[in-house]
Amino acid sequence: MGDPVNPDVAAVQRSAAADKATPPTATAASQSDRADLRPENIQDAVIRLAGNSQDGIQTAGAFLARLAGRSDQDVMTYMTIPSTISGGPSIFQVRIGSGEVLSAGDEADFLVAFYQHSYQDHLDFLKEGGVLLYDSDNVEPNLDDKRFVYVGVPITGLTVEALGGTAKDKGKNIFVLGLISKIFSLDVEKLKKLISEKFAGKDESIVNTALMAFQAGYAYPVGKVLTHQYQFEHIPKTGGRAQITMDGNQALAYGLIAGGVRYGAGYPITPWSSIMEVLRRELPKYGGIFVQAEDELGAVSLSLGFSYAGYLAVTGSAGPGISLKSEAIGWASMAEMPLIICNIQRGGPSTGLPTNVEQSDLHQAIFGSHGDSPRVVLAAATVEDCFYIAIEAARIARKYSTPVLILSDTSLATRIEAFDEPDLSKLIVDPKPDLTPREGGFKPYDLEKITQHVPPGTRMLDGKYPLVTGLEHDEHGHPTGSPKLHMAMTAKRRKKLQKLAEEIPVPEVYGDENGDTLLVGWGSTYGPIHDAAKLAREHGERIGAFHLRHLHPLPNGLEKIFKNFKRIVTVEMNDQGLYGFGQLGTILRARYCEPKIESFTKTDGLTFRVKEILQGVFPGKFVSVRGYSPNRPVGSNGEQDVKIARAESITQGVG
Amino acid sequence: MSDTATTENPREKLTKKAITADHPTWCPGCGDFAVLASFYKVIEKRQLDHEKIVTLAGIGCSSRFPYFVNGHGAHFIHGRAVPLASGISLARPDLHVFLFGGDGDGFSIGGNHLTHGARKNVNLTYFIMDNFVYGLTKKQTSPTSIGFKSKTDPTGAIDMPVNPMKQLISAGATFIARTHATQVNHMIQMIERAMDHPGFSAIECLSECVEFYPDVFDPADPRKGGSFEVIQEKKWDNTPEDELRHDVTDELAAYKLAQLPFPGVFGVFYQNDRPTKNALEKKWIDNSREKVGNASDLELLQKTFDRMK
Repeated sequence: MGDPVNPDVAAVQRSAAADKATPPTATAASQSDRADLRPENIQDAVIRLAGNSQDGIQTAGAFLARLAGRSDQDVMTYMTIPSTISGGPSIFQVRIGSGEVLSAGDEADFLVAFYQHSYQDHLDFLKEGGVLLYDSDNVEPNLDDKRFVYVGVPITGLTVEALGGTAKDKGKNIFVLGLISKIFSLDVEKLKKLISEKFAGKDESIVNTALMAFQAGYAYPVGKVLTHQYQFEHIPKTGGRAQITMDGNQALAYGLIAGGVRYGAGYPITPWSSIMEVLRRELPKYGGIFVQAEDELGAVSLSLGFSYAGYLAVTGSAGPGISLKSEAIGWASMAEMPLIICNIQRGGPSTGLPTNVEQSDLHQAIFGSHGDSPRVVLAAATVEDCFYIAIEAARIARKYSTPVLILSDTSLATRIEAFDEPDLSKLIVDPKPDLTPREGGFKPYDLEKITQHVPPGTRMLDGKYPLVTGLEHDEHGHPTGSPKLHMAMTAKRRKKLQKLAEEIPVPEVYGDENGDTLLVGWGSTYGPIHDAAKLAREHGERIGAFHLRHLHPLPNGLEKIFKNFKRIVTVEMNDQGLYGFGQLGTILRARYCEPKIESFTKTDGLTFRVKEILQGVFPGKFVSVRGYSPNRPVGSNGEQDVKIARAESITQGVG
Repeated sequence: MSDTATTENPREKLTKKAITADHPTWCPGCGDFAVLASFYKVIEKRQLDHEKIVTLAGIGCSSRFPYFVNGHGAHFIHGRAVPLASGISLARPDLHVFLFGGDGDGFSIGGNHLTHGARKNVNLTYFIMDNFVYGLTKKQTSPTSIGFKSKTDPTGAIDMPVNPMKQLISAGATFIARTHATQVNHMIQMIERAMDHPGFSAIECLSECVEFYPDVFDPADPRKGGSFEVIQEKKWDNTPEDELRHDVTDELAAYKLAQLPFPGVFGVFYQNDRPTKNALEKKWIDNSREKVGNASDLELLQKTFDRMK
């Protein structure tokens, strides 16, 4: 710890208006050494916690995210979890900002390293001038590297000391939370309240232990090594709506509830499981049921049973499970049954990279079944959008009596964001089925109309009851082998989605309306693509970007946007494919026959960093010397150097 | 879910005619006709509300059943009709859920669902027409084929066949019966007892394929190897005869009956009153609703969001 403190800690982006700075608000907690530290106003900070998954760094990170939400700050998190049952390196990154935060940050301003491997693996992500806070009981950094500020704290020892023997080093996460609270002048009272809430209902001693660990971290005289104490600039949010902090899977689950979904079934698979856990716990409060089924086929079939019974239902999985459900999705398409299917994508194919992120199930979502089986595909762009897309999916499923797939992914599922509280009273949908008796002449598959499912229990006053079926059928649901009817019914199922396309709004273009380059994205890459366009414009590029939420059918009128740009680049986390285009790129080229469309794709199982997109879209430009792990080269459309890849391969004991 | 239109639209008596739909596509002489006739009879006798009858099926000869019943119904995919029916039963306790299928649908491709539907004891009636062959695809070995010379086993089926009764007992079905398509009165009895049973009720009905089993077993005809031995159930009358009768709540006794050589015995093998999944889920819902003070959906969701602030 002998390294002199860098006098110019550029660890955080400085407030443009330093004169607006207000002194840190005094809190009730100890501030004995606060006088040692110079307060500095900041707008944005990226804090990366690196340790092992059992250390509770997710818990500590989630506290920071929730606190930011409560303090009206924008926040975004990013995490990796190993697929081992317990243990293995893991990170949680929190980006807190006073302005708009759309991506989790390319580089960390602040790296907390619990172990030597955490230090070695993540130093590359620390900004030059950034602060390395390390557990001096476990980490020996190279203090000769003068690019960083070193703050060594015997985290393990002090935690054990503070909590006494039995807990061992459990509580290190909360100790670090205390340290960070001091360094960033966080609202200690709010944090203590969050800690108490989190452990509420458990043994009181657990709350006390957590608070002791927090206090110990907070009281550590960090001022001896740091010259700055940071203070997030408070910019009151316009609109006055409170901030909600949750992860994408929670947002999706609660969006489904708001959209009137009361029944569902699923089978455990990462990263979908937490949605079924929430629904299993929550739905009975609303009078509904979520069933853990015997397998994926049972899950989708149960859900179709719920939908048939009159309650729009949900099932979900990750890619491998969706494959198993796909025969039943074909039935839903043929029988014209409303259903919501969530695919929380991960790296594939097969078991693939179960805890990493990839967007490689788009084609599966659009085409994955048999026969011509049109269905709707939507993709959520942000955590907030997970909530709204679920409501949109429910609306479309009901209106067009169709299966609707919602695509999310590992990064959306696990990251925490703060967003404006939705106006639930305006959004909530009544789930009750319509069982009013139907007058005569009802046809379940009327060729002139969009099918509307009539659930059992509904009296048919002409005495003719409808049958829904997976066999090709006539308008009454009777099986038919008539070539004319198969043509007419195939067209009927297609046309209703073409009708839907007419009502989908064209996405807004961010940045230049006319220009050289147009970035097109879908799903969780919204933030980094948006930030990449912003940064490129700041560097003089004429660039625009838009993001698709409705992927099948696509909204009409995209060609009007395309004609204003020289190049159109889809940015996707999937392989470039045999013909050189990402999965969205392939669809857009087929739809528009537009040779200007190209793709920048990658398959490293990690979320996009902003500079990575810029380097990929503009090869040779925007060369960044930092922020990259040397063994993850990009820039050649995801092509990996075989030698480098081999160096990463594990010789035995593959996990 | 009250039917407010009942008074405005008075009900007529539910007749066989009212619940008859398309003419069955089965081969002449098929036992499934008798099953359909028995089902019509039960519906006529019991006078259920027409709109509350739901007939469902997977894939196979017998799974064409819903097309021949004029009532709400669905024809689903191969093997997955048990979970489909389970969803309908769980969401809508007001409905009478009847599920029809064959041996391939139930014991082969849908085996996992049969096991778990039975284990969970979902309230529904599953009528399995066992024809011992894949008939719709023209004579392949089925899971219940016994030494049968089929197109996929030209020298006779070599794998041990499934024993449907054993399968259902070990899976945890709470009403298990066996009947035969030639015995209409017995079939009607079994269907009525199954539909009155709260829980997963399964009936295996032997309905040997007349097309592919030329020397079909006929229990009514001793020349075709037949005898129709009905299980004598205990009457609990303290008589010495009663000692020898079958206790339907005795799982091991049921298992012993299931071991008798083909054609075995017919009637109720097993029945118990284990709580249904429907009842257990409802109990959880009622407790949850009480815990949240019967709050409205909006109040509940708002409260959750308030916690996320």
